[in-house]
Amino acid sequence: MTLRDKTADDSPRSLVRAVLYDATIRGWVFQGLVLVFLILFAVWVMHNTAANLRAANIPFGFDFLNMRAGFDISQKPIYYTLDSSHAQAFKVGLLNTIIVSVLGIVLATIIGFVVGISRLSSNWLLARAATVYVETLRNIPLLLQLLFWYKAVLSVLPGPRQGYMLPLSTNLSNRGLTMPRPIVGEGFEIVLWVVPVAVVLAWALARWARRRQVATGQSFPVFRASLGIVVGLPLIVFLALGAPLSFEIPELKGFNFVGGMVVHPELIAMLLGISLYTATFIAETVRAGILAVSTGQSEAAFSLGLRPGQTMRLIVVPQAMRVIIPPLTSQYLNLTKNSSLALAIGYPDLVAVFAGSTLNITGHAIEVIAITMAVYLALSLITAALMNWFNARVALVER
Amino acid sequence: MSRIETDTVFVRRDFLEPEAPPPSLGGVPGWVRKNLFSSPFNIAVSLAMLLLLAWALPPLFRWLFVDAVWTGTNREACLPKNGETVGACWAFVNAKLAQFTFGSYPADQRWRPSLAMIVFFLGLAWVAIPKMPRRREGVWLMLTAFPVLTFWLLYGGLGLPIVETSNWGGLLVTLVVAVTGIVASLPLGILLALGRRSKLPFIKIVSVVFIEVWRGVPLITVLFMASVMLPLFLPNGVNFDKLLRALIGVALFTGAYMAETIRGGLQAIPKGQYEGAASLGLSYWHSMRLIILPQALKIVIPGIVNSFISLFKDTSLVMIIGLYDLLGSIQRNFSDANWSTPSIAPTGLIFAAAVFWVFCFSMSRYSMYMERKLNTGRKR
Repeated sequence: MTLRDKTADDSPRSLVRAVLYDATIRGWVFQGLVLVFLILFAVWVMHNTAANLRAANIPFGFDFLNMRAGFDISQKPIYYTLDSSHAQAFKVGLLNTIIVSVLGIVLATIIGFVVGISRLSSNWLLARAATVYVETLRNIPLLLQLLFWYKAVLSVLPGPRQGYMLPLSTNLSNRGLTMPRPIVGEGFEIVLWVVPVAVVLAWALARWARRRQVATGQSFPVFRASLGIVVGLPLIVFLALGAPLSFEIPELKGFNFVGGMVVHPELIAMLLGISLYTATFIAETVRAGILAVSTGQSEAAFSLGLRPGQTMRLIVVPQAMRVIIPPLTSQYLNLTKNSSLALAIGYPDLVAVFAGSTLNITGHAIEVIAITMAVYLALSLITAALMNWFNARVALVER
Repeated sequence: MSRIETDTVFVRRDFLEPEAPPPSLGGVPGWVRKNLFSSPFNIAVSLAMLLLLAWALPPLFRWLFVDAVWTGTNREACLPKNGETVGACWAFVNAKLAQFTFGSYPADQRWRPSLAMIVFFLGLAWVAIPKMPRRREGVWLMLTAFPVLTFWLLYGGLGLPIVETSNWGGLLVTLVVAVTGIVASLPLGILLALGRRSKLPFIKIVSVVFIEVWRGVPLITVLFMASVMLPLFLPNGVNFDKLLRALIGVALFTGAYMAETIRGGLQAIPKGQYEGAASLGLSYWHSMRLIILPQALKIVIPGIVNSFISLFKDTSLVMIIGLYDLLGSIQRNFSDANWSTPSIAPTGLIFAAAVFWVFCFSMSRYSMYMERKLNTGRKR
């Protein structure tokens, strides 16, 4: 007796059954159904939207971007007046978002690394203080912290006349941080051009030093030399040009300062809140990264005769970075997205300016929100791409 | 070598008493020396820290407790009198506590949200504590019967007077948004995670795009979208509740994050489990439901709790679209003319911070505890 393969039967019923139970065909049918459903859903949504927009008399389109904005923005890194267009307002908002994100990332990284390393310190007091800081701020919503810094700390500072005088003619009051404004003199651009040149030189020096070390075994103080080049070369050029930079010192006139440069309290509150909050997560990442490097690695380094500093720099940190970078990337992305909370304390970022004022004035909800979301998506993808590239460079090269 | 066995050889038969450690190493001085003053750098750090604490802690303590106002019925109590400094205005929090908890929920109906919260915390204890009996049934009850019961209790109908969601507020809204978000995002997250690992190309693309778009934008734009764009997407005349719109936004947003958490669990399941299920002849859905998901979901419990923590903190954002959660109702009361003093903003915010901190910190400890427990289970 032979076993008959039922699917090999060529009667019509079996053929239907074979088709019904075929995983590939089922898969395609299922996908087709999902596709049809999504298309129908999209058509339904678009139909409703079109009808609603017609009823509200708002034509769909991006022409509103060229219209006069008519509202003011408190922090303007580029030219902007009441008569500027909504497109210009968008650029101002975007720049403000980038300013707060970049400054926040720098501050959060510094604080995060210091605190993360402090948590592993042998100094009991320092380690405990770092732990208390991390466990407290990590478990309180960022929005609340922003409101705290803005409403409970910076708003209750005394006015400019009674403000705190800090070194370098800087003053902290409820109007923000007033500091001298640099005035660029003639030839200062040359100094700015020298900086990239110095960076390239330092890079070339590092390459040469590494080649020489591989070839001859002689080491070279690369770090100190590069630092000297990057700082020293522009400084020499700057002095040679006769120091073409002066400062406008803010002066107290009446109830406020005249001249100088002001960092608005909103930006200070944003930076304090966002960097102290994100730093707690970065600290945890850094701690986990350092703990992930086994003690055998540092013991081996000591037995080779490396000093503690060298061990940290040459053995522990490069290996810890592999663990640290992927979660660090997502923290940077979170910080950038969290900068949108600026709206709550009136810092004019992209969401506050564009999805707030522009949306309220023009009523173009769909276009405005779509643009805002697209910008954040693009920022996220760019940051992720950059960090992935960096990660690929430091990743473990397996043979 | 021969052993010498004579009586003249001295053999010690008991141990010497251990010497006391040198005074510089033992006891409190030794501990201080070792942990605080072991090197010049450590001495400097310790002194700096001590100075910082001495500078910051006493004024903070004075402001929070000593100079604080504990009782009072209006702003007079918290105003500085005859040159004395006034600290935290706890009388404000005390007077507004019911509002911070329930919003403007009618006073005679407040037993309903209270009952719902009690049921919620009891149910949570049932499913979260590992030694409780019948936890599986508990999870199902919490995911099915509990939301229905809570909705009936909070909203009303069927014999209870209806309370519109615009009257809900305070901690109640915070909990409603957080719990609904997590309950709704679980099934969505599971489907998206399976979709992202699916072999069907179109399903995979749809899932990846959905997940990455929601993860790439800030929650605030999602909430804006839910509050301004969602009404435009629906047929004219159909309009639903502001709270419900926020809930939809939060659920979609959390679903995308949940999908990534669950995907981590799916990837951690050894390939043999998938192959074993297939070789038993189980269909895709059978093998997922019976073999893969029970294991994957178990490993990601800490991840789910962590998602819940960030969702719980993020609920405070609904304040921006005009819902009054815990933070929102506190913030709204800053402009109450009856209480307006300089100290209520810090007091209210510190109170809110303490409430959020207690919730989030206990959840994070629970997550760590589960992580340890699950780890030991998997170790051989």
